[in-house]
Amino acid sequence: MNRAILLGIGALVAAAAVAPALPSYPLTLLTQVAIMAVLAMSLDILLGYTGLPSLGHAAYFGAAAYAVGILATERQAGFLTCLVAGVLLATVTAALFGLIAIRATGTYFLMITLALGMVVWGLAFRWVSLTKGDNGIAGVPRPELPLPWSLSAPLPFFYFALVATALAWAALGTLARSPFGLTLKGIRESETRMRALGYDVWLHKYLAFVISGAFAGFAGVLWAWYNGFVSPVDVQLVTSVETLLMVALGGPGTLAGPALGAAMIVFLKNFVSVYTKRWLLILGAVYIGVILWAPRGVLGALRSQR
Amino acid sequence: MSRVRIVAIVALLALATPLAAPVGVPAQSAPIKIGFLAPLTGPFAQIGKDMVNGNQLYLNEINGQIAGRKIEVIVEDDEGNPATALNKARKLVDQDRIAILTGGMLANVGYALQPYIDAQKIPATFPVIAADDITQRKPAKWIVRTGWATSQPMHPFGDWVLKNTKYRKIAAIGMDYAFGYEIIGGFQQVFEEGGGQIVQRIWAPLNTNDFAPFLAQIRRDADAVLALFTGRLALQFLKQYQEAGLKEKLPLLGGGTLTDETVLPQMGDEAMGVITALHYSQALDNPTNVKFNKAFEASAGKIASYYSEATYTNARWIVEAIKAAGGKVEDRDAMLAALRRVDLKETARGPLKVDDFGNPIQNIYIRKVERVGGRLQNTVIATYPAVSQFWKYKPDEYMKRPLYSRDYPACKSCP
Repeated sequence: MNRAILLGIGALVAAAAVAPALPSYPLTLLTQVAIMAVLAMSLDILLGYTGLPSLGHAAYFGAAAYAVGILATERQAGFLTCLVAGVLLATVTAALFGLIAIRATGTYFLMITLALGMVVWGLAFRWVSLTKGDNGIAGVPRPELPLPWSLSAPLPFFYFALVATALAWAALGTLARSPFGLTLKGIRESETRMRALGYDVWLHKYLAFVISGAFAGFAGVLWAWYNGFVSPVDVQLVTSVETLLMVALGGPGTLAGPALGAAMIVFLKNFVSVYTKRWLLILGAVYIGVILWAPRGVLGALRSQR
Repeated sequence: MSRVRIVAIVALLALATPLAAPVGVPAQSAPIKIGFLAPLTGPFAQIGKDMVNGNQLYLNEINGQIAGRKIEVIVEDDEGNPATALNKARKLVDQDRIAILTGGMLANVGYALQPYIDAQKIPATFPVIAADDITQRKPAKWIVRTGWATSQPMHPFGDWVLKNTKYRKIAAIGMDYAFGYEIIGGFQQVFEEGGGQIVQRIWAPLNTNDFAPFLAQIRRDADAVLALFTGRLALQFLKQYQEAGLKEKLPLLGGGTLTDETVLPQMGDEAMGVITALHYSQALDNPTNVKFNKAFEASAGKIASYYSEATYTNARWIVEAIKAAGGKVEDRDAMLAALRRVDLKETARGPLKVDDFGNPIQNIYIRKVERVGGRLQNTVIATYPAVSQFWKYKPDEYMKRPLYSRDYPACKSCP
């Protein structure tokens, strides 16, 4: 456990140290990795710790991104308003959806979250007066902070995203090691036993769902600032599936693993596709390989062999 | 423990590899790099392929050289996804140091790229992306459109239907997204001003699998139906329209993509007689188009479509601009000015020049599907020469009106 933390801190420091020497394109990819890592870690709280595979995580991510997109372009809202509104909207969405979804487990949970995710996608697509529909919201400005550097340049924004990721990681890590987190793990292993021990299983699952949604929203806020563009693509099923793959690839229940999975997917996608049109084939082969030889993800496999 | 170390080393190496990225050599003799975005995977992969082929065909014709410099095209797959397109554009601009960015297919990709292109001040052209506002209410300074604005062919089409048919009450059915709204809206604007009536507007979702419920809704007291679909939906709509027995009762009009050449070869009798409007037809009988078609069929093994013509002409447009700028593509302001000054007297789709907002003024063709030599084609039955994206309206007055949308123009004659 401690080694994973050291490894993570090492990766963060290494990224911070290497960043100034990087050209701006790899730097923007690293920024993307940082943001996707937050999203993947937020899902890990559900999938890895509580054992609830959600297929609708893009909904909270996208809801927050839309909140930022709309507020920043139409109301010229600043840093704090966007951040609070984005995370709040994601949290409220998760709190509502959780009421419906937590009743189910396994495949049914997967299907309900999928359906709820599609509801948000439908809204993004069809509520044209608010979301601009399929065209998306373009020109979302990055926030102005009382810092000597403007966040519109790639390097300062990368550090900004890195700090945000580190904070999210620290918060989620603390949560996972807290008695609350241990209870979640207990629920994952045996719901009936936890119930017999007197734990309110529903409430724990519900809270995990809402917290997970809130952090996904945090990632969504960063994403809207990073891309400067929000569209239904951010809310669609593919985004949810990709997040699930990040967690599965890296190793569920490890936090550092999903972050690693996010890095792998972002770099695989963007580097392999430069060299070959068949990049989807390679990505698919990697997925299958991991499932066959490392069903608990890259980090899980390393750990069990130690 | 040792494994953790290995992971750490691998992670560091992975982080360090981008350091080895090549750095551009901005010399007058170095190749001119053009970044080309197209959807090469996903549902639009076939169209993406047409786009790449059209572009390559023109560059082959000039041996990949202009003003003593080689042209190097770097093709990137945007997956038809705005976030990916932005990533790839960053890669092309920052890492490959391209001089000109071009390509792209979907409207949302265009809207996503626009702020980035303007911020980077990189000269860009859009051969296919047609979303009206990119050259209207939110004109991009650094983008020159070499293709078309969505409603551009539909204004004259409204005019043509008024003057050449007896259809005065038309039911409209279209895909439920911006492209559909702009096609139907453009037609409705002109058609209703001239005394026609759109008596119904039906919007079908993009993932429609069965048109029967929508066809049942179509008002049988209309004089004709105006439809807008693309790709798979166009094929299916026409088939079901005929099966429902509507083809004999209600003549079919459409936006250009309903019968464009990416879907036409897979259609049969159901497409016969459908009248559409677009800025191009593969069947256009001018020497440039005939030559282009022959060359394209020989190299790509299929007939040309408006997508391949778009990138073919777009490549020529860029090359003419580079020529006019004396090959000095590094001077971005001069390059942009040259792109905006291009005036092509004869292209496969007729003469082209740019208006003040960066959209071509070009011929619009009214086309009717006919079978010639055993194969379906879009025969041109009328030509509106030199049509502006603003039709006959003054640009500032036109742009005071809202963008065509699900609610605009309002359907005054709907029940």
